[in-house]
Amino acid sequence: MEAATARKIRVVVAKPGLDGHDRGAKIIARALRDAGMEVIYTGLHQTPEQIAETVIQEDADAVGLSILSGAHMTLVPRVVELLKEQGVDDVLVTVGGTIPAEDIPELKQLGVAAVFTPGAGTDEIVDFIREGAAERHERGS
Amino acid sequence: MASQPRAKPEVEGREVAPHEREAEFSTMSGHPIEPLYEPGDAPSDHEADIGRPGEYPFTRGPYESMYRGRLWTMRQFAGFGTVEETNERFHYLLDHGQTGLSTAFDMPTLMGYDSDHARSLGEVGREGVAVDSLDDMEGLFEGIPLAGVSTSMTINAPAAILLAFYVLVGEKQGVPPEKLGGTIQTDILKEYIAQKEWCFPIEPAMRLVTDMIEWCTENMPRWHPVSISGYHIREAGSTAQQELAFTLKDGLTYVERALERGLDIDDFASRLSFFFNAHIDFFEEIAKYRAARRIWAREMRETYGAKREESMRLRFHAQTAGVSLTAQQPLNNVVRTSLEALAAVLGGTQSLHTNSFDEALALPTEEAVRVALRTQQIIAFESGAPNTPDPLGGSWFVEKLTDEMEAAAYDYFARIDELGGMVEAIRRNFPQREIAEAAFAYQRELDERKRIVVGVNDFTQRDEVATPILRIDPALERKQVERLRATRAGRDATAVEAALAELKRAAATEANLMPPILDAARARATEGEMIAAMQEVFGTYTESPVF
Repeated sequence: MEAATARKIRVVVAKPGLDGHDRGAKIIARALRDAGMEVIYTGLHQTPEQIAETVIQEDADAVGLSILSGAHMTLVPRVVELLKEQGVDDVLVTVGGTIPAEDIPELKQLGVAAVFTPGAGTDEIVDFIREGAAERHERGS
Repeated sequence: MASQPRAKPEVEGREVAPHEREAEFSTMSGHPIEPLYEPGDAPSDHEADIGRPGEYPFTRGPYESMYRGRLWTMRQFAGFGTVEETNERFHYLLDHGQTGLSTAFDMPTLMGYDSDHARSLGEVGREGVAVDSLDDMEGLFEGIPLAGVSTSMTINAPAAILLAFYVLVGEKQGVPPEKLGGTIQTDILKEYIAQKEWCFPIEPAMRLVTDMIEWCTENMPRWHPVSISGYHIREAGSTAQQELAFTLKDGLTYVERALERGLDIDDFASRLSFFFNAHIDFFEEIAKYRAARRIWAREMRETYGAKREESMRLRFHAQTAGVSLTAQQPLNNVVRTSLEALAAVLGGTQSLHTNSFDEALALPTEEAVRVALRTQQIIAFESGAPNTPDPLGGSWFVEKLTDEMEAAAYDYFARIDELGGMVEAIRRNFPQREIAEAAFAYQRELDERKRIVVGVNDFTQRDEVATPILRIDPALERKQVERLRATRAGRDATAVEAALAELKRAAATEANLMPPILDAARARATEGEMIAAMQEVFGTYTESPVF
């Protein structure tokens, strides 16, 4: 656990696409911040390019993509692909929003670590990110 | 299982009966509820505060006979894919007894991007119908005589453009603007506060709203150019009190802009309508609607000097709360929606959208939409609720809640005025921060199980049965892009350029923008082209978010 506490966990909370529903993203951003993490909230209407750039520039341990517009199967693969293109393969990618159950396996196959759907508690999300980021820190990234 | 009732000896600050459960007795907005309401809780001045339905201050309803005279309009919001799919859904709804149309547009249309814009990729037709030009609007209303239907359109930043398209569809059908009935949302202030779909900075956006009010006052006497909306404020996580206060304050701000333009309050106030959420806390919602009518009537008469009763009569559309729906055990949502719809009816709504039980998962299937519509029909024709106006009027509890709701709204008005009015309050993130705080507090209550949502944090069930959902075929995006290409190929490019140049020129003056928008729409300029032309003059908007 030493390595995990050496540096604050850095998380980018992002709203890809044109979707303006930011209630969930803001609640998660605040819960993560209250849990002692450093949170960078991108604000609304971000392109996948802007999000990938923020993740890299901020040297984030995790990125949470919040999507309630139904465009997740276009936007999530694009963010993952852009991160890979830039040689970033150890950032924990999570997705939250109205994601139909049948889309989840495909998202996970792309490399998404977890998908949080309506009703997920903030504690569950905070714990997941904390554990995932701790592993990343242990690997020495 | 939920915690069993346990006796608790006392609760901070008040005495309680010894047999009360250990629970928070407060509304979902956190408003405390007393152990008992008695005659002393009702307002002291019955005539001034409550009165009769159809009479000032309209607490009991905007009309004397309410639903004995005319039932509310059953208006299901619909839109997905291209105009062909949505036109089919419109016909389906009308065939099943729906009495008004309500159009949902997709995200690119709401944000002013054409379907072939890079930002539109993956979003076309997903959450609503894609409309790029007059060609699309004509397709959307194919086979629907506009003279005989009232249409609602949920669009804000680009509202003037969509209204122009609609007016031109009417023109083609031989229906002049003065005969068109319906509502376009146009409420840009709540976009900056909550819904977050914008095209321009606040001031030019407000100018466009005022242009529309002015133009409709002169040309479309049966049209509602603004539907002042609390729905999205509530969905973003506000309390009922914040929904009421911010919505009415937005409304008063539009009134002031129109008065500054030189319009007479009695010429336009009756064309402003409202749109509220119907959430799950039954009595709090009913009190909210009753307080809304009373405050609006008072403000119109006392503050703005309205003389016609029509100007003081607040009329509203209600939609059941999308956020109250759960992805878990989705059939339970039918029950939630029924309670919410009943609250809207007992609160005196003029039209109603009931959500479908599968909407926490995806856009609704036809079956789910049918159940939602049937819910309204059961309330209308089986429950007996419409038999008398304001059946809860005179309830000590409901009257007290109504008074408290009104007081909470005036507290917020004062705080907003101190900041310099609503536009300035938004610039300073005041309503945004209040909403974010309320949303977070509510989520904490769920996490800590201080509030129970059945199927989510209690009474959960493993191995839920999968619910069939509506899938939007990705091919629809390509189909829409093809439609748009056909429009671009088939129009007179020189005429389009001239019309866009004229729109841009007018945007830089103080002229009303409706006429140049109508001209550009007629020339088949697209929505995205018109927005871009105006953005060259107005600029764009970026928020600094607070959480």
